[in-house]
Amino acid sequence: MGFDPDIAQTRFGYGLSPKVTGPADITDMVALLRAKEPEMPWFPLPSDAEMREKMLALLDARRKISKAEKGSDAHQALQEAFKTARRAAKQEGAKWIGATLARRVWSRDGLRERLVAFWNDHFSAPGKNVIYRYTEAAYVANAIRPHVNGRFEDMLIAAVLHPQMLHFLDQNTSVGPNSTIAKKRSEKNLGLNENLAREILELHTLGVGGGYTQKDVRQLAELLTGVTTIQKKGTAFLAKRAEPGAETVLGKEYGKRRARMADVHAVLRDLARHPDTARHITRKLAVHFVSETPDEDLLVSMGARYLETDGDLAEVMEAMLRHPAAWAAVGPGVGNFKQPELFVSSSLRALAVPKERFRDVKSQELERLLGTPLRMMGQPWRRPFGPDGFEEADSYWLTPQGMAARLQWALGVPAEVLEDLPDPRQFAETTLGPQMPGAVKFAAEAAESRREGIALVLMSPAFQRV
Amino acid sequence: MDKAVMDRRGFLGRGLSVGCSLAASPLMTPVSFAATGGENRLVVIILRGGLDGLDLVQPDDAALRQLRPTLLAGPRSGLELTEGMMLHAAAKPLWPLWQAGELAFVQGVSTPYRNKRSHFDGQDLLEAGTIEVPSGTGRDGWLNRMLQTMPNSTMTTAYAVGADPMLLSQGAAEVETWSPDVGFVLSSQGARLLELTMERDPEMALAMQKAILLAGEDGGGVFEASDGGMMADELDTMMDAQMNPKGRGRANAHLRVASFAAQQLRDAARVACFSIGGWDTHAAQARTLKTPLKHLSDSLRALKNGMGPDVWARTTVLAMTEFGRTVAENGTKGTDHGTGGLMVMAGGAIRGQKVHGQLAGFEEADLFQRRDLMPTDDVRRYAAWAIRESFGLDRSALEGVVFPGMQLGNAPGLLA
Repeated sequence: MGFDPDIAQTRFGYGLSPKVTGPADITDMVALLRAKEPEMPWFPLPSDAEMREKMLALLDARRKISKAEKGSDAHQALQEAFKTARRAAKQEGAKWIGATLARRVWSRDGLRERLVAFWNDHFSAPGKNVIYRYTEAAYVANAIRPHVNGRFEDMLIAAVLHPQMLHFLDQNTSVGPNSTIAKKRSEKNLGLNENLAREILELHTLGVGGGYTQKDVRQLAELLTGVTTIQKKGTAFLAKRAEPGAETVLGKEYGKRRARMADVHAVLRDLARHPDTARHITRKLAVHFVSETPDEDLLVSMGARYLETDGDLAEVMEAMLRHPAAWAAVGPGVGNFKQPELFVSSSLRALAVPKERFRDVKSQELERLLGTPLRMMGQPWRRPFGPDGFEEADSYWLTPQGMAARLQWALGVPAEVLEDLPDPRQFAETTLGPQMPGAVKFAAEAAESRREGIALVLMSPAFQRV
Repeated sequence: MDKAVMDRRGFLGRGLSVGCSLAASPLMTPVSFAATGGENRLVVIILRGGLDGLDLVQPDDAALRQLRPTLLAGPRSGLELTEGMMLHAAAKPLWPLWQAGELAFVQGVSTPYRNKRSHFDGQDLLEAGTIEVPSGTGRDGWLNRMLQTMPNSTMTTAYAVGADPMLLSQGAAEVETWSPDVGFVLSSQGARLLELTMERDPEMALAMQKAILLAGEDGGGVFEASDGGMMADELDTMMDAQMNPKGRGRANAHLRVASFAAQQLRDAARVACFSIGGWDTHAAQARTLKTPLKHLSDSLRALKNGMGPDVWARTTVLAMTEFGRTVAENGTKGTDHGTGGLMVMAGGAIRGQKVHGQLAGFEEADLFQRRDLMPTDDVRRYAAWAIRESFGLDRSALEGVVFPGMQLGNAPGLLA
């Protein structure tokens, strides 16, 4: 078993497209992934600074309202201005979601887009308030996306020290109990919050079964004190918040001299290169992309490459792709069941929904065609329950409600996003390729309407299992 | 593939039509039906946003009147619950339940959540049933852990109803989830073809089969077009409308949820949960509290009506919120996130006409951090007693598994 041009796109991308050709072989896949991200001028990615400025403007507008005299004309005008600005921000949020989908639908490098989604979920940091809900797009664009083909440690540092994560896991409230600031403001009872430290060890690096203790959590939390967010600048290290003295994490001492960000980076790099992290990360990748019960030899091969290359993720992905187990055939009832986001995105790709449709989408329409349906399928857009991201097990997704919501979407949405629905017979061929099962071919031909024909193809096990 | 394939009797049956009277279908009857562990029912409603308990059940107190100049300004509702306790006027539809002895309240309770007053963390804690905000892997909800420890847990059917996944019901025990707002319109021909494509994938086929049956129970599902009563273009119009929430009456979404839950509880289900939002009344509370109160009243009445008297008589409903609100009104005639709050109980199984719990005072020194109602008891304790009296769970399971770190204490006498 080796490279298969269809599996290359269905299992390692967003599926087959009638308009975009897939990679020719493994070398091509790896080359695409290693290359610099192709520009998409019609959908530039947001920078952190740009996003921060917009959000500060919004906060400022709200502040001004509270200062104006109630009932005055000025008050009313400010309120109107704030409402307009908030609507614009909401529309901007829709634009970033549209951009994400457009990349999934039109990129040749489907694997890169799948990896962005995978790592975004691994470093889940859904906004806990209105402001941070909008800034998540910048978090993904700047802390996740640039690193999916680089070193894991660089992504780890970028993600866990990003204002998005610092807010989500309460790092901004964590202060060294013996720090200058805690002593100065003793009436405030400032102290340690272990949340970020715990999740770094449990979720982001070593994994829940990894070799660490509560003492390591505590020591890492102390080492992280000082890291915080300054609204106008982003992430900062404030020595007056830092716990004095050295900390020991997994037996190694950090921060012997004065407190500084360099020690935080050092511990994160060491954690990233730890064998438990290699095991945790490579297993998670294999389960997500290949099988709920991944081949032992595949795991060994990916884990070894991770350690040899100090966590070079492009190398790890190449090790996966070069292993025959990654190309095991999908059969009836066999193969990973697509999560809702993948189901929806790969459907849009199969339908080759035009770019303009994503660029021009209004937030309300997006909510109706994507937001609400994804909630019904159990996967609200980028809103997992907690920092551990969405559930990986197929059985979690393969439920009556999930299937009903997928069917509703498959029957309703294609007809709304396309001017003309394709002929179901042709659609079945371009979407499922030469491996199309006879039953699906028959169903596509026998369907009473195009709408049902398209839905039958999208609902078929051949489309939903990869 | 030939016509013979199409003609064989499939799991969808022949001629399913509008409304789908499928209750009698052997396929739909859950395995649990024959051997459930008892007949009692439990419904848990999460009130999202922070219910202002002091406004729903209003104490007669001079200090409080000073702190709430607009909220307590108008004429009182005249719906006196117990001495000095008045029900909010907008909750009047609940008055018949109170009179029938099927409504009660628990005042001054809270989860162990303190200080931060975030909806996000507060709801997580309420649904997890723990002392600390849950983190990391393996998070589950207390309702699910309750199912795991029930003597006949594998035989008990539980439903989480509504569009949003709830932490409350997540976990190792199997819980059916269904939102009545998921509904598709498919021709019977389409349904037969769907079955055909899933024939060799039993897991998908089974989930799809249940979905079609459930959708049929609430108005969607499979329709006969070409050879039945409905015209093809009529079906087409319905298909066009299926992604349009307005077509399904968004304003009554809460009623569909409660009615669906009632329907399941009348049959095999023993446990159900859902959410009602809209309680975050930071401004103009006199107006903004009306809608969620209406939704709560509607939902409780829909449960009662939908279950019928025999089942309702065995039912306990617990409506819980993540925190109460500030004792004093804010500058915009509303209230902000607080601590001590209120639990609402309903059902034919409860001892009604009771206001349980202790209310701390309203002088500044009596308040939690000089702003919130001081909690006097753990809300989980009351939920635990309701569970114990409904399903017979023992103390160690309740204190150790369902609500870790909770002290069960003495029986408050919640159920009749």
